[in-house]
Amino acid sequence: MARTVLEFEKPIVELEQKVEEMRKYADSLDIADEIRIMEEKVQSLRKSVFGNLTRWQKVQLARHPDRPYTLDYIEMMTTDFVELHGDRAFSDDRAIVGGLARLDNIPVMIIGHQKGRDTKSNVYRNFGMPNPEGYRKALRLMNLAAKFNRPVITMLDTPGAFPGLEAEERGQAQAIARNLFEMSRLPVPIIVVIIGEGASGGALGIGVGNRVLMLENTWYSVISPESCSSILWRSWDFKEQAAEALKLTAPDLLHEGIIDRIVPEPLGGAHRNPAQAAEILKDILVGELKKLQKIKPDKLIDMRVEKFCKMGEWEK
Amino acid sequence: MAWFRRSKVSIQQEAQKKDIPDGMWNKCDRCGEIIHRKQLEEQSFTCAKCGHHFRIGAAEYIALLLDPGTFREIDRKMRSSDPLNFTDTKPYKQRIKESIKKTGLFDAVRIGTGKIGSVPVVVSAMDFSFIGGSMGSVVGEKVARASERALKSRIPLIVISSSGGARMMEGAISLMQLAKTSARLAQLAEARVPYISILTDPTTGGVTASFAMLGDINIAEPGALIGFAGPRVIKQTIGRDLPQGFQRAEFQQEHGFVDMVVDRKEMREKLIILLKYLWIHKK
Repeated sequence: MARTVLEFEKPIVELEQKVEEMRKYADSLDIADEIRIMEEKVQSLRKSVFGNLTRWQKVQLARHPDRPYTLDYIEMMTTDFVELHGDRAFSDDRAIVGGLARLDNIPVMIIGHQKGRDTKSNVYRNFGMPNPEGYRKALRLMNLAAKFNRPVITMLDTPGAFPGLEAEERGQAQAIARNLFEMSRLPVPIIVVIIGEGASGGALGIGVGNRVLMLENTWYSVISPESCSSILWRSWDFKEQAAEALKLTAPDLLHEGIIDRIVPEPLGGAHRNPAQAAEILKDILVGELKKLQKIKPDKLIDMRVEKFCKMGEWEK
Repeated sequence: MAWFRRSKVSIQQEAQKKDIPDGMWNKCDRCGEIIHRKQLEEQSFTCAKCGHHFRIGAAEYIALLLDPGTFREIDRKMRSSDPLNFTDTKPYKQRIKESIKKTGLFDAVRIGTGKIGSVPVVVSAMDFSFIGGSMGSVVGEKVARASERALKSRIPLIVISSSGGARMMEGAISLMQLAKTSARLAQLAEARVPYISILTDPTTGGVTASFAMLGDINIAEPGALIGFAGPRVIKQTIGRDLPQGFQRAEFQQEHGFVDMVVDRKEMREKLIILLKYLWIHKK
């Protein structure tokens, strides 16, 4: 299998492969102790590498092509998923998926950005970059959820809203603005989870919620480090510095009061153990949902508006 | 020929350097007409020859729209606190300090109350000369407060936009200002208080993707660039040239995103007519 291995993952993967090879000979040779020592070595290496990731390394992890995407999480976390298509005005945007599902038997509307895993599926999904109809589809599904009193869960994972000619003709900005406006007053609980890349308005367009959760190895900001580098440094070579300056990781955003909670990932990242990542997320989502479902609609709206209105810092 | 070209280029660069036309004579960016400052003011900062709308500051716009002497500014001195301690090629703190010195403003928007044709309004005017009219905490908070004020007094809100988008130097905090302003406008809409959005050149990025597109009535100035992504980024993405007039005010009207394109000289009169339709005065 052609697995993608990031530069800083290499020493870990190499050691893991050695352990695997040693296991092959474990029957004929008495090397159980050596294997155990090697395994401990791998584990301590994992901890030291993943305990000290730079912001840029986290950006790379967030983009790892083996990471679970929205449909993967839906498959692993929910039952009876029924996908719903189309914005009822123009088309069905394949960069945003959504539908009804049961999460621990609670009926919910789940909506999220969807990336592809190889060239063909990435072209099909437009690399997870929605057109206006994607945002309008998401809004239609949210209104449907509100009508039948179902909570909404959104999953953010996009390199940005698509910057194309037709996207502008059909009102990319208006579609996103409308979603922010309508999501702020939706009378059902909304939980937002950043599961990969949270790039700017394209991410926030489905990201206004009562609770905003962020997976451990993801990023969320006003611009990608590459674009920030090209605009402020006038060169593509300062992406590491830009990532540092933008303070775009989960702990940064928790500190700034932009997100409410960090969702831990299995050691080594969600892509190393997707099933476990989904299980952790599911437990957290169920807990959060049960709390929010006790709150009346007016109060939910009020809480959501005031939460976002508190964000920001200034001097008199 | 070569000598002529050089000379022309240097004049244009001189003109582009100025964010607000000053001095006695100004040159039109589009047709090259030399216009006296006084004549320019009489024409609401538009070119008498070709109709080009000069980029103007918040103070000029407010003076053009409001009844004389009625503007009362709110939160004039609110300024950025540099929440991320951001540094690129120079520290953000220094950028702010320099912009304050250069423009006499404290950030890229001014808000306040006033009257238009005797109708009380809350007005919020952006100023492109302050870090490209970018929206960080201060712009977001002030626009949100303008909306809150309009809601509390139940008087119409007018927002004049001019912005390159969200401010990078405040990271995700800038992004959240899109949600903040839109949420406050949703409350204003629930209370049925009118909101008129005026989009001037340029209105792009996060400002378009939030409050600028959410007016009960959206009005654009002729020729104004209005869009989500900038033309350069789109050109790179699609790998071909963009059609003439792409993302301009007239294009936005044709595609259904602004109600009308109004000449700046007629903007005040148009607002007076609209406000009388939309605003129902309650005792």
